[in-house]
Amino acid sequence: MSLALDLALCGLILCVALGAVVGRGVFRSVIFFITYGLLLAIGWARLGAKDVALAEAAIGAGLTGVLLLTAHGRLRRMSVERAPRVGPNPMAATTGIAVALALGWAWFALPAPTAPDLAAALPLTGMGNPVTGVLLHFRAWDTLLESIVLLAALLGVWMLARDVDWHAPLGLRYHARPGGVLASFGRLLPPIGLSFGSYLVWAGADGTGGAFQGGTVLAAVVLVAMMAGVLPPPRVAQGGLRAALVVGPGVFLLSGLLAVALGMGFLTLPPAVAKPATLIIEVALTVSIAVTLAVLVIGPPDDKEPVR
Amino acid sequence: MSLTVFAMTGASLVGLGIYGLLALPQLLRRIISFNLIGSGLFLFLGAAGARGEAVDAVPQALIITGIVVALAASALAVGLVVALARRSGLVVLPDEANPR
Amino acid sequence: MTALVIVLALPLAGALAVIALPVRAAVPVALSATALTALSALVLAASVWQGGPVTLMVGGWQPPLGIALQADGLAAALIVMSALVVGAVAMAAWFEMAAARAGPRAAFGFWPLMLLLWGALNAVYVSRDLFNLYVGLELLSLAAVALVAISGTAQALVAALRYMIFALAGSLLYLAGVVLVYAGHGTLDIGLLSARSPAPGDALALGLMTAGLLAKTALFPFHVWLPPAHASAPAPASALLSALVPKASFLILIRLWFEAMPELASTAALLMLAGLGAIAVIWGGVLALVQSRLKLIVAYSTVAQLGYMFLVFPLAGGDGSAQPWAAGAWTGAMFQALSHGLAKAAMFLVAGICIAAVGSDRLGDLRGLARALPMTGFAFALAAITLMGLPPSGGFTAKYLLMTSAFAAGQWPWALVLAGGGLLAAAYLYRPLAALFTRDARLPVHPVARAWQGVPLALAALAVLLGLLSAAPFDLLQIGRPEPAVEGL
Repeated sequence: MSLALDLALCGLILCVALGAVVGRGVFRSVIFFITYGLLLAIGWARLGAKDVALAEAAIGAGLTGVLLLTAHGRLRRMSVERAPRVGPNPMAATTGIAVALALGWAWFALPAPTAPDLAAALPLTGMGNPVTGVLLHFRAWDTLLESIVLLAALLGVWMLARDVDWHAPLGLRYHARPGGVLASFGRLLPPIGLSFGSYLVWAGADGTGGAFQGGTVLAAVVLVAMMAGVLPPPRVAQGGLRAALVVGPGVFLLSGLLAVALGMGFLTLPPAVAKPATLIIEVALTVSIAVTLAVLVIGPPDDKEPVR
Repeated sequence: MSLTVFAMTGASLVGLGIYGLLALPQLLRRIISFNLIGSGLFLFLGAAGARGEAVDAVPQALIITGIVVALAASALAVGLVVALARRSGLVVLPDEANPR
Repeated sequence: MTALVIVLALPLAGALAVIALPVRAAVPVALSATALTALSALVLAASVWQGGPVTLMVGGWQPPLGIALQADGLAAALIVMSALVVGAVAMAAWFEMAAARAGPRAAFGFWPLMLLLWGALNAVYVSRDLFNLYVGLELLSLAAVALVAISGTAQALVAALRYMIFALAGSLLYLAGVVLVYAGHGTLDIGLLSARSPAPGDALALGLMTAGLLAKTALFPFHVWLPPAHASAPAPASALLSALVPKASFLILIRLWFEAMPELASTAALLMLAGLGAIAVIWGGVLALVQSRLKLIVAYSTVAQLGYMFLVFPLAGGDGSAQPWAAGAWTGAMFQALSHGLAKAAMFLVAGICIAAVGSDRLGDLRGLARALPMTGFAFALAAITLMGLPPSGGFTAKYLLMTSAFAAGQWPWALVLAGGGLLAAAYLYRPLAALFTRDARLPVHPVARAWQGVPLALAALAVLLGLLSAAPFDLLQIGRPEPAVEGL
């Protein structure tokens, strides 16, 4: 029964992925891609990876989807040249099939599974959820760099602003009608999203959740609030915005350096303070992730669309 | 058996993404293709990590990191596409505007 | 160990501080972070020199659970070279990226992006964990693409997008290999992998990772993105991109083929890598010859100069690693990485000064510029000596070591490539030199601060010094050099 379910799910995933690649029109492609992300999240849940399922749904489908939808809308309004239609490409098909076959072969050639022994080390981290333990302790250096990758992407996006727009508020102006759906949604969602996002961070220590998933939910709240006009979009020069962007990686990095100063080694959290210290780092990270993701999706400072 | 299904799905997604990347000139579709390749690889890794008697948590952490990194890259790529379109009206890279 | 932590953490902390603090604090903060990090880089190299490789288990967790970082001689040498280049770039950018000249947007973005790029480079140089290297490479690529886009022209956006596509495709190919490695062995640590029991999928994993890294290193035929990207960025950014960024992915190739999976290095694969490198040397040189803009000549020269480094694979890899000439070939390739970094950064900074002086980098507009800016002309000539491989420069040491190894190994075609590449470099660098040093000046020259002019001169002089004082870097590079001949017995 469960095999049949997985087969059906995977067939569906492949169909919507195919639709995203070869379907007519970029808009349909994007919609297929968002559906794909949601189905994939179900797949992750089936694989017992609830944290990944949450991340995929929130980040892979949700934020990436909003990003692509917004971009498509802007491209359409700009009356840009249409992309030429292309026929099937045998070279590309051969390459794609060859790589897929090679990976398929590699699966059946895999030796018996070996995994690092987490069970012995996990109690030292104070985390009940092994995924959070790996992210914030064993592979803390990855996670620190990853939070900085987001910042690098944001700097890159800001560099795409026109010089005349540099001091303008971030993103294009959205005009939500005062009594409209978006405006009510913008007032209704924040309290719910805020509680859910905070819960995810708190729960991440022992159950499903964590800074990245919680931060994404909070980012969605900020996004909706800005689109509904409840929250005015900030400017690049605003000190509060910039502080929020760096507080997470900053606290993380400083805690790592503090450990060096105390003679314990870079990014070491001794078991005695591991749990509270991790919580502080996670809260700071969540703030930065939420704000960074939200302004990343909103885009660079922009006054108005150019008339071509 | 289910794991094999997921791993093969992952491998096929990678192939599909590679096709899209090589065959489609429209830049937004190429970004979608990149994301298909990435998530296909993660699915393969996730299935491999679930083979033991206990599910290995390390791949899950790697995948979450990977999803965030992919979003960061997608955001910059989308930003570049929009910026290029408004500056020059192009939605494909210049010397690839004509289908081969 | 503290020096290693500072080299890793301070560029990142500096970038965070530049973002968080008011705009007027950006330059002082960035410059002090640069100076302190550069100092720590020297301290780190000294301690590697005295005490051998410096190892750090992040968070106190041993692999396979945690991530190991290690600064061996090669990593320390690259860290010092990068510190010298970034230091020089920061000095030049102080003039060139000032808000009055570059605009408030570029003046804000350049400093944190430079520091993030540097932090990513240092992280990649020392990481022993394949997935950590992936995250480091992504940070590096995103910062690099952003630095290309910073100039804001449509041309720069096209170059940045093409760079982004190659960088992302390269990352995903590399990631595919990493996924196969973890699925097969349950570890990502290079040290543990070298002692793994072989699995059938290893060759596929190595092939995928190598293909991805070649795209990022812009080896022929994956070089098409590099010249427009490096030529479109502002000159200080071009210097970082051309001198440093390709070295990171090249280093990972070295780690994979010499340390993690040396037993998979078949002769055919090694010859193919060097063959592509040889084509890059010749083809990059030919294309540099036909360009009419200084930055494009210098950028195509990067395609050629990176090619030399790949000669290391058949001369020192696989079965060759046990041979007496392996040490010379290996060290020669690394000398090439170091001296090219210094000389290429000097050349791009010269190009920036030229643009500031006459508003263009077309060869026709640069005629006679050396009369007005003699230091700048001299800096370009010194850097050219290194790239041509003339004695007594670091480039000469590199090519001399590679050439003697090629003869010792009986692989004389590589010697032909080295000689032909040197002649081509002389030819493509003759044109800008002739233009700079001609007697009839063409355009009125805006004054350029002497301190700014001194920066590329210092870098070019360092590239020559690397050849004059080659004994110390030679010994440093040997520390922690993989010697499978000993381990394999």
